[in-house]
Amino acid sequence: MIKFLLKGLMRDRSRSFFPVLTVFLGVFLAVFMYSFLNGVLADMVKSTAHYQTGHLRIMTQAYAKEANQNPNDLAFIGVAKLLQALKEKYPEMIWTPRIKFGGLLDIPDEKGETKTQGPVSGMAVNLFSETSPEPKLLNIKKAIIRGSMPKQPGEILIGDESAKKLKVAPGATATLISSTMYGSMTMANFKITGTVQFGIAAMDRAAIFTDISDIQHALDMQDAASEILGFFPDDIYYDKQASLMAASFNKEFKNPNDQFSPQMGTLPIESGLTDYLAMIDSMAIIIIVIFVVAMSIVLWNAGLMGSLRRYGEIGVRLAIGEDNGHIYKTLILESVMIGIFGSVLGTLAGAGVAYLMQVYGLDLSFLFKNSAMMIPSVYHAQVTFGSFVIGFAPGIISTVLGTSIAGIGI
Amino acid sequence: MKHVIIVLLLISPALFFSQTPSAEEIIKRVDKNTISDTKIVVSKMIIHGRRGERTVEAKSWQRNIDDSFTEYLAPAREKGTKMLKLGNQLWTYSPSTDRTILISRHMLRQSVMGSDLSYEDMMEDPFLQNMYEAEIVGTDTVSNRSVWILELKAKKKEIAYDTRKIWVDKERFVILKENLYAKSGTLLKQIDVHEMMQVEGRWVPKTALYKDVLKEGDGTEMIVDSITFNENIPDYIFSKASLRK
Repeated sequence: MIKFLLKGLMRDRSRSFFPVLTVFLGVFLAVFMYSFLNGVLADMVKSTAHYQTGHLRIMTQAYAKEANQNPNDLAFIGVAKLLQALKEKYPEMIWTPRIKFGGLLDIPDEKGETKTQGPVSGMAVNLFSETSPEPKLLNIKKAIIRGSMPKQPGEILIGDESAKKLKVAPGATATLISSTMYGSMTMANFKITGTVQFGIAAMDRAAIFTDISDIQHALDMQDAASEILGFFPDDIYYDKQASLMAASFNKEFKNPNDQFSPQMGTLPIESGLTDYLAMIDSMAIIIIVIFVVAMSIVLWNAGLMGSLRRYGEIGVRLAIGEDNGHIYKTLILESVMIGIFGSVLGTLAGAGVAYLMQVYGLDLSFLFKNSAMMIPSVYHAQVTFGSFVIGFAPGIISTVLGTSIAGIGI
Repeated sequence: MKHVIIVLLLISPALFFSQTPSAEEIIKRVDKNTISDTKIVVSKMIIHGRRGERTVEAKSWQRNIDDSFTEYLAPAREKGTKMLKLGNQLWTYSPSTDRTILISRHMLRQSVMGSDLSYEDMMEDPFLQNMYEAEIVGTDTVSNRSVWILELKAKKKEIAYDTRKIWVDKERFVILKENLYAKSGTLLKQIDVHEMMQVEGRWVPKTALYKDVLKEGDGTEMIVDSITFNENIPDYIFSKASLRK
């Protein structure tokens, strides 16, 4: 029976070509969009975690209220002791302190007078320790455009864009003018060892990277840090575990009566992406629903048109004794075959194009020139097991649904 | 008639002395009391911040109203930091970097050493009569001293505080209390003089509390340890070269 129907579909291309093409296009779009959204989401979560919030973030309560202003006068003091406690309490996690700061970078001329000066934001992380996760998390080595990694105290990396604006090259000396933890103006000399570009507009516009001990000294922040970030060892965010950890930490360490006591928050809360992540999740369902409804209507219409053309064939089949139910069943079986064939082709093509985008990425930096958000400028798709499944059910359901409705009409 | 003339002669001095001077006259007298050709001040700031207390000590040399040179003496981290104000330019020298940097205009609103004073406050023309139109709005008593309350309105747009309310000692012509407002009417800073001292015939504040209302903390206490007027200060003090010495 199936062989007979298959032969019919292959020999009469007008019965199969248009429905297969419709299913192919629909499935292709669904698979590609799903993989693209997956990739964008993964890129966003990863870069937000690596550059901004970690999977878990600890700050003082006072600092957390104004975190976007980097208020280091409200930073946490007693980092060494807290890190020790964290390692004992949550040994599976990777903990790393950071200082975020702002200031001016002043480039002197040969007489020591200001040659150029520009505002910069900076991040001080553990660069020199062999066990530090930071070079890998921030992908610093890959981000270096000119020069090399700092190797000793007093050396920094600066954003390539800032370097061009300040007309400075690796090897030059720069003076950071900033504020200490206690509000005094402070100056510190650094040697620029290299320039970096991260592909994140907010980072590339004005970034200084330096070892945390240098900045602790420069900003009078001994044993202090703006924040301590926690990462899951496989670099994947697990919301349930993270939420449990944050709750237990806050129960033990957070004191509502002491604004300088630490508090822990999870990635979605710290980044303000909770609603956004939920919306992206529901987007996959929305895509499928739109796809099923739209394709069902198209295939219903195609079924009606095809059946009108097949009035003669159906009349002969009824005349030779085939009952209505059997004809309806064969039409549905035909549509299942068309659905499977179209879905396979669409899934392969959609996943193929998405894979190319996973490898090469889509550079949207022109859209984020003035962005202050820690979002990547180059987007990648992500082909997962879900990409191969997502097109099948709606691909087949829409053809069957379309044919069922058309079949009733006939 | 004879009696009328005698009564008038008797009460005329009292009438003369009870007459309130004009607002312009009051701020002229305040300026006169404040300004001198040169001034050398050794002072300390006790900064009552959110995280505790810090004391910063400094010595300043001032010439006329335009130029000043300040060297920070304590704490150890700030020792040797120097500031030079020449007209409307401000340089700072940090011994740890051996760099002299011109403080750009947008940095002038930053706090001086974490205190409640900003660089802009340091840069201000201290002559009130140059900057403000004054009006007497009332009288009051501050620290058991009779005062006039004056409202000062900025003559120019670029002045840091658009409006000031000052409480001026009626006898000593010294400001005992001051509120500084933004153009919007928002109170920005409050200054309360707690103690006065007389130096070379002038009354000057010995201790005062500066409070940046927009900043958390309990304000900055300014204590003048010593002050001398009209001493000869060599010109080289007010040069960029002296920053590195």
